Amino acid sequence: MNVKLYVWQRATAAIMVPLVLVHIAVIFYVSRRSLTAADILSRTHGSVLWAAYYGLFVATASVHGGIGVRNVLLEWSPISERNADTFAFLLGQFLLWTGAYTVYVLVLA
Amino acid sequence: MPGELSVSLWRGGERGRYETYRVPRCESQTVLDVVTFVQRHLDPTLTYRFACRVGVCGSCAMTVNGRPRWTCRTHVAKVAGDDRLTIGPLENLRIIKDLATDMQPFFEKWQQAKGAFEPSKTKADPIEQIRPDDPARRLADAAIECINCGVCYAACDTVRWKEDYLGPAALTRAWTLVNDRRDTGNAARLQAVAGAGGCHSCHSHQSCQELCPQALNPTAAIAGLKRRTVAAYLKGEIAP
Amino acid sequence: MTVAGLKHRDSALWIAALVHRISGLMLAIFLPVHLHMLGLAVERGAALDAFLRWTDQPLVKFAEGGLVFLLTVHLLGGLRVLVIENFAWRDGQKQLATLAAAVAAVIAFIFLVRAL
Repeated sequence: MNVKLYVWQRATAAIMVPLVLVHIAVIFYVSRRSLTAADILSRTHGSVLWAAYYGLFVATASVHGGIGVRNVLLEWSPISERNADTFAFLLGQFLLWTGAYTVYVLVLA
Repeated sequence: MPGELSVSLWRGGERGRYETYRVPRCESQTVLDVVTFVQRHLDPTLTYRFACRVGVCGSCAMTVNGRPRWTCRTHVAKVAGDDRLTIGPLENLRIIKDLATDMQPFFEKWQQAKGAFEPSKTKADPIEQIRPDDPARRLADAAIECINCGVCYAACDTVRWKEDYLGPAALTRAWTLVNDRRDTGNAARLQAVAGAGGCHSCHSHQSCQELCPQALNPTAAIAGLKRRTVAAYLKGEIAP
Repeated sequence: MTVAGLKHRDSALWIAALVHRISGLMLAIFLPVHLHMLGLAVERGAALDAFLRWTDQPLVKFAEGGLVFLLTVHLLGGLRVLVIENFAWRDGQKQLATLAAAVAAVIAFIFLVRAL
């Protein structure tokens, strides 16, 4: 960890505080209902708001998760710093693009 | 005061083992008294450190029943439930022999964190006037009484998990100097605590703060360093 | 190293940091699965519908309750860190940390009660 990674880690964390609260509210709203794909799509399809919200969530979670996992690997596993960097970067990319695809499917497809 | 303690002491180096001794209990006995008794009466080959025996030097720090403490200020009555004591050397430091560890890395990290004062004036200059209630001085004073005993370093899991982590003592000293108006070394100091092994690795476990025999708060000092380094980084004054 | 089971690890704050780390790891593992499942909404989501019916089972609801707990406890643990690092030192952190864990458990419990 250094000051640059720290800034990204804490900044994405702070941004996600309200995003997670909204997400928990969504989870609670949905938990009372037996959902179908049509239910979900009817709300998300074409919605700029959902695209922005989940787009931001995916981006920040990818960075935050990548850096977090990197730290855990460096402290709890014997892998080298270079390999931890690579793994964390790939994890972040994987989350980012999987998430971007999911947002695309829910909003645009 | 009747009774006997069953005392397990670490003997040997890294690959040593605990050996058990029977030590008579007495009034107001400290853990240092116990170790001293073993060395004087039971086994003269026992190696351990102490100096002042009155809680001002920090030399006698050891792991007592799982916690790093000053043995001269640890009363047996407080820690030896069911008359048992387990005493080992401080953690996170290479064992030289028995209860004595190699403190060199601890002191080297102090230097790496730029924990040394960098003067800005000569003796020809007038004395810098610093009021004791100046906010920065208050922060420095709250963190300045460190006597390098190593208890915080031994207690810190981040030290255990990251070999390059500078540790709570070194970072706390850096914090006192960051708050010292007379010091000119802050550019290099903030840089030193902002890299790998710097203050940002601290997870706020607070074992340091909880166990510091001087009641210092390295977690808070490190949090202060985090804020200062982030500000310096965002202003382009340091680079990771 | 000599002493195993170092006693300082029974501090509420040490446990809070550990729970924060473990919950983060578990969320990082869960997230790709979650995103993939939602991506099944593609092409009007027949595949997603099948999955959603599967999630109606009580056992899955329990697992979802666990996930709600992980998310909430990770959020609260993260707030702990953000507050320590950016605001004035406060006492009573151990009690707050314990309370936070309890709040996360309560929220997860309420979720389960509603969902089951």
